[in-house]
Amino acid sequence: MAEQVQEYLKVERQQPWREELRKAMKAKERTDITRVKMPEEDPHFRATNSNEVNLGLTKEMALQEARRCLDCANPTCITGCPVNINIPKFIKRIEQGDFLDAARVLKDTNTLPAVCGRVCPQEVQCEVNCFYVQKLGKEAVAIGHLERFAADYERDSGNISVPEVAEKNGAKVAVIGSGPSGLAVAGDLIKWGYDVTVFEALHEIGGVLKYGIPEFRLPNVIVDVEIDNLRRMGVKFETNFIVGKTAGIEELKSEGFEAFFIGSGAGLPNFMNIPGENYTGIFSSNEYLTRVNLMNASNDEYDTPVYSGNHVAVIGGGNTAMDSVRTAKRLGAEKAMIIYRRSLEEMPARVEEVKHAMEEGVEFLNLNNPLEYYADERGQVNRMKVQKMELGEPDSSGRRRPVPLEGSEYFIDVDTVIVAIGVSPNPIIPSSMPELEMSDWGTIKVNKETMESSVPGVFAGGDIVRGGATVILAMGDGRKAARGIDEYVKARKKK
Amino acid sequence: MNRIVEKEMLNKNVVKLVIEAPRIASKRMAGHFVIIKIDEKGERIPLTIADADPETGTITLIIQRVGVTSHKLSLMEAGDMLEDVVGPLGHATEVEKLGTVLCAGGGVGIAPLLPIARSFKEAGNRVITVLAARNRELLILEEEIRACSDEVIIMTDDGSYGRQGLVTHGMEEILEREKVHLAVAIGPAIMMKFAALTTAKYNVKTIASLNTIMVDGTGMCGACRVSVGGKTKFVCVDGPEFDAHLVDYDEMIMRLGGYDKQEREAYDRYVAAGNGA
Repeated sequence: MAEQVQEYLKVERQQPWREELRKAMKAKERTDITRVKMPEEDPHFRATNSNEVNLGLTKEMALQEARRCLDCANPTCITGCPVNINIPKFIKRIEQGDFLDAARVLKDTNTLPAVCGRVCPQEVQCEVNCFYVQKLGKEAVAIGHLERFAADYERDSGNISVPEVAEKNGAKVAVIGSGPSGLAVAGDLIKWGYDVTVFEALHEIGGVLKYGIPEFRLPNVIVDVEIDNLRRMGVKFETNFIVGKTAGIEELKSEGFEAFFIGSGAGLPNFMNIPGENYTGIFSSNEYLTRVNLMNASNDEYDTPVYSGNHVAVIGGGNTAMDSVRTAKRLGAEKAMIIYRRSLEEMPARVEEVKHAMEEGVEFLNLNNPLEYYADERGQVNRMKVQKMELGEPDSSGRRRPVPLEGSEYFIDVDTVIVAIGVSPNPIIPSSMPELEMSDWGTIKVNKETMESSVPGVFAGGDIVRGGATVILAMGDGRKAARGIDEYVKARKKK
Repeated sequence: MNRIVEKEMLNKNVVKLVIEAPRIASKRMAGHFVIIKIDEKGERIPLTIADADPETGTITLIIQRVGVTSHKLSLMEAGDMLEDVVGPLGHATEVEKLGTVLCAGGGVGIAPLLPIARSFKEAGNRVITVLAARNRELLILEEEIRACSDEVIIMTDDGSYGRQGLVTHGMEEILEREKVHLAVAIGPAIMMKFAALTTAKYNVKTIASLNTIMVDGTGMCGACRVSVGGKTKFVCVDGPEFDAHLVDYDEMIMRLGGYDKQEREAYDRYVAAGNGA
């Protein structure tokens, strides 16, 4: 498989247009160009609204940045991409000015390029493997920004290409959950001729892309365009359908579904289990973000309520914590704080998210850990006790372990607390399928090559397998599972 | 989209809606609930399924007017559509033949109690039901409850019907009189709290069905969390029924009031926009 891919990439690279482009400019001229800066909305203005923060590259910026790419003989960037985008090819199409074809290249392997161009942590995936970083000690080619540019260009052009779909093969596949892993499975299988239905528990398609990631980082319309694309390719979507409740896998089998993909996500928020955590005004980041993103709670025309706190503490240091604290700021918080038990260096959030949060006036209380919450007579949280921490020896995650500093406890006045310390796998499907083998952490055990679970014909991927990861890793799982399902169905047909 | 096929006001504040939802109707069991959303701008609210007919593919929901959403629901008519109905959610009631089951329902809590009482009756238990309401006008589903109970005691706050007193008075009378194998209490949190205190005195295992705030109803948001036996549980995926003697009702009441201010403001806006109170 890997060799075939290498061969394919080589052949692609030898195409005359690529050769010509490589010759058009000296390598030295290319490497002398400095990396493009993503234009951003002004921090003071953007912290008052939900407009997208990153504005996207202009055509000129994209052309210039594309020239930086050396079109390496051995494109190491691709090895860092969980969905194996042919990165040099799409960038060279941009350099050529053929932006629409650049988008087509992206869509060959990536169902959601406009989404990934915005929320992928490219700095630890493709870009960290870029020749510029590896060999030149320079800033990587802005692969993520270029991906977004191509996808946005195509969308704005009104000339959205619908990938080719093979002739129907008559096999029905059920995809459970419409988040990134499920959409990736659906995108591949529909191309290969399968009859694909995606079942979604909520009333909207998109999973975490809709309820979790805020508008200022990923506008819902962007997600809808990509979903609409899948619909045009023939994917069917059923909302308000909870597999394991509305109907079980056995019932769906009797309705003709041959294979299943479980991408039900990590939908069970973790709490710290410290005293006072159930006072009102204390929410999981899932609840807070769902109210704002999915239910439009900050808009008075919508019926769902939300707390627009004045002194908001967000517990945690991941992307979800950044999304929550920046949302709180936009809902009018005078003081929006991150409370994180390690230091800035260990923070799992993307550097860009931390930078944006800081620019928007978020306070970072690093090396601080919550101990207890206090409330007024109505049970509304009004104060919290935190303890200062210092860093000790590295722990199993490789990060330095936070150690409490005795006697350093102090109090902070808060009226809203958002707990963003991670999520656990959603229990609904596993509890409806006792035969499914699970890990001690409640994740579904799968064969890492095919993503097949212990139940034949039932595949899984994304957070229900990983226990909390990124959009792109979930999509990578989805693509792998699609191949697994394809092999499974074909093997079954032969029998 | 789910069509409302029948609408009836059970009293001035309580509406009964029969809704087309064939998959849910065929799957639901006593104890299950659904999440509904009226329209694009609506909120998601949990409602226990009071009854279902797999033949006609309908479920019955009974709603008390308390805020904007329940008020809007009470104004809907047969033929209108609900944008979203999802379920059945939660764990079903564990129904078995135990002997005598004492069911206690307060106010609109009588609606979720009905399918549970009926299931215990069908499983061969002797079912004694105590219904409580503020007054005669507010008592709902008496006939249906009678049809599946061996004995029914009715308590009203003002004595306008049945006997005057609280639900616990009626329960205590039965507990004094005979051996009860299981009690089920559903109603306002404060009523369940005192019902649980009452059965605890007689060492009778008791289950309570909790109605907390929820958004998704699938474990995702954690808005519904309650302390049960000192541990945080999610009503949507761990419940909605719990050992009534272990539930922290005071915390539950506090959490139910978590959005009081926002809900009052929303209701005021709703009324100010010309909608009748």
